[in-house]
Amino acid sequence: MQDFLSDLKSHFEDKLDIHDIQFIKALGEYTLIVPLERLIDVMGSLKHSVKFLQLTDITAVDYPNRSKRFEVVYHVLNMHRNVRVRVKISVADTISVPSMCRIYKAANWYEREVFDMFGIVFDQHPNLERILTDYTFDAYPMRKDFPTEGRFEVHYDEDKRCIVYDPVNLPQARRHFDFMQNKWYDPTYESSTDGDPHA
Amino acid sequence: MHKETFQLNFGPQHPAAHGVLRLILEMNGEIVERIDPHIGLLHRGTEKLIEDKTYLQALPYFDRLDYVSPMCQEHAFALAVEKLLGIEVPIRAQFIRVLFAELTRIMNHLLNVTTFAMDVGALTPFLWGFEYREIILGFCERVSGARLHSAYFRPGGVHQDMPEGLLDDILDFIKGFTFKIDEMDGLVRENRIFKQRTVDIGIVSSEEAIEWGFTGPMLRASGVAWDLRKSQPYDAYDKVEFDIPVANTGDCYARYLVRVAEMYESIKIIKQCLSLMPKGAVMVDNHKIAPPKRQDLQTSMEAMIHHFKLYTEGYRVPAGETYTAVEAPKGEFGVYLVSDGTNKPYRCKIRSAGFAFLQAMDMCSKGHMLSDISAILGSMDIVLGEVDR
Repeated sequence: MQDFLSDLKSHFEDKLDIHDIQFIKALGEYTLIVPLERLIDVMGSLKHSVKFLQLTDITAVDYPNRSKRFEVVYHVLNMHRNVRVRVKISVADTISVPSMCRIYKAANWYEREVFDMFGIVFDQHPNLERILTDYTFDAYPMRKDFPTEGRFEVHYDEDKRCIVYDPVNLPQARRHFDFMQNKWYDPTYESSTDGDPHA
Repeated sequence: MHKETFQLNFGPQHPAAHGVLRLILEMNGEIVERIDPHIGLLHRGTEKLIEDKTYLQALPYFDRLDYVSPMCQEHAFALAVEKLLGIEVPIRAQFIRVLFAELTRIMNHLLNVTTFAMDVGALTPFLWGFEYREIILGFCERVSGARLHSAYFRPGGVHQDMPEGLLDDILDFIKGFTFKIDEMDGLVRENRIFKQRTVDIGIVSSEEAIEWGFTGPMLRASGVAWDLRKSQPYDAYDKVEFDIPVANTGDCYARYLVRVAEMYESIKIIKQCLSLMPKGAVMVDNHKIAPPKRQDLQTSMEAMIHHFKLYTEGYRVPAGETYTAVEAPKGEFGVYLVSDGTNKPYRCKIRSAGFAFLQAMDMCSKGHMLSDISAILGSMDIVLGEVDR
């Protein structure tokens, strides 16, 4: 298993002539950082040549301070070699991502969820609709600039005899304790990364 | 144009929908042409809430995802945090976790197998199964103080050691339990009505199961011997011996058989845990992560400070990312945790098994009769708390 990453590297570089993939091994897990335009090739090859037959998960991470704001993360599993690989791409919020539905059938709902939560658009997705949020919901809740308490609250109005949406009105403002500003605790801590672990 | 099909609304308030699931069925007479599951009616924004909480505060949310097998999900989160922290859990804690993960598995399968039987018309197994389930919930209460939302597996070990006498009581229960499963299984396994409703219904081939992201009993019922407890063992699973039950037909009946066989395997694991469990600590000996003992708070200023800091600020987890999965009773339950080095998770994506199953609902039930939908749904073992998150 030690040279699995070098196998993968030679597979992509020698056979497919793809040279702009970054291979990382951290905490015993393998990560491939792939340019957006290579994603389809890499995922297709991972499934059909390297036999990563199962798509475990698709998700995204929001880094508002980066120029390419979102990281879309794919987890695939090879049951024969008992190994997982994480494929990551970075996209700006105006760029759409090619859908994986043609390669992995299971991608359908995962991509719908990412679209619902982050507003990332997947090209050629068969049915890119919201999946988890309310039927009339209009925001992308997992983005970092969306407040945790939400923007609207819903309740039944006895007088109007219908469901109404009102702006969120908290009797007491939410309290944020910013322990990270506590220089006394750890003078070496630098806040210049602004919560971005990879910066 | 005359339309041949009509639409039928199944749920969200339907006893066979196992929660708040809404299915829009495209029916041709009594034949299902297409299914469009509408999920999200139980979406509570768990992932968003977790980003706002410290690692320890985030843990109880995992009980509330799949609320019929809470401890297995805490397990995934605890393992993910431990991986990022780079800590090793004491051996006794590992065995306690495996013990309770398996009790939880029995608890989950008791609920699923019996409600599945109830969906296709058998009420008695449900009444029997819930009696035993209640006993196991009693064990959970004795060990953690809560029947369901236990918050017992913590990063670094388990919250407290087991109370006196609990091990003996679990052993007593487990000794007689094989017979009780036999008895309950005897009502269902060869039952003519049950077999007519489940055999050859909702067949999924092994290729389809892998393609659609199936895991757990759903995958093993289709003939794929894949179990994370064996292939990627965590905690003490590599120290116990057990088999992976596999069925080949991939229909609803096979899923029933796999789940029942898994309960027997869980009994084996529990018995081994009870005999192998050593004495010792149940939490790592590191007061930057594990809170000090209650009695130390009275005498030690150091312990007092640690206690205060841990329960207000929490601990900081080194920057990094991990995908850690456990074999939950329903299938692979994974946590993709991204840490930015602060005291709160930067991103915590929860990968639930039921989400993948429900996505394949259309594939499984195309061409079946309406009454088969409840059988297929029952055999999938769906809990909407986990699907919607």
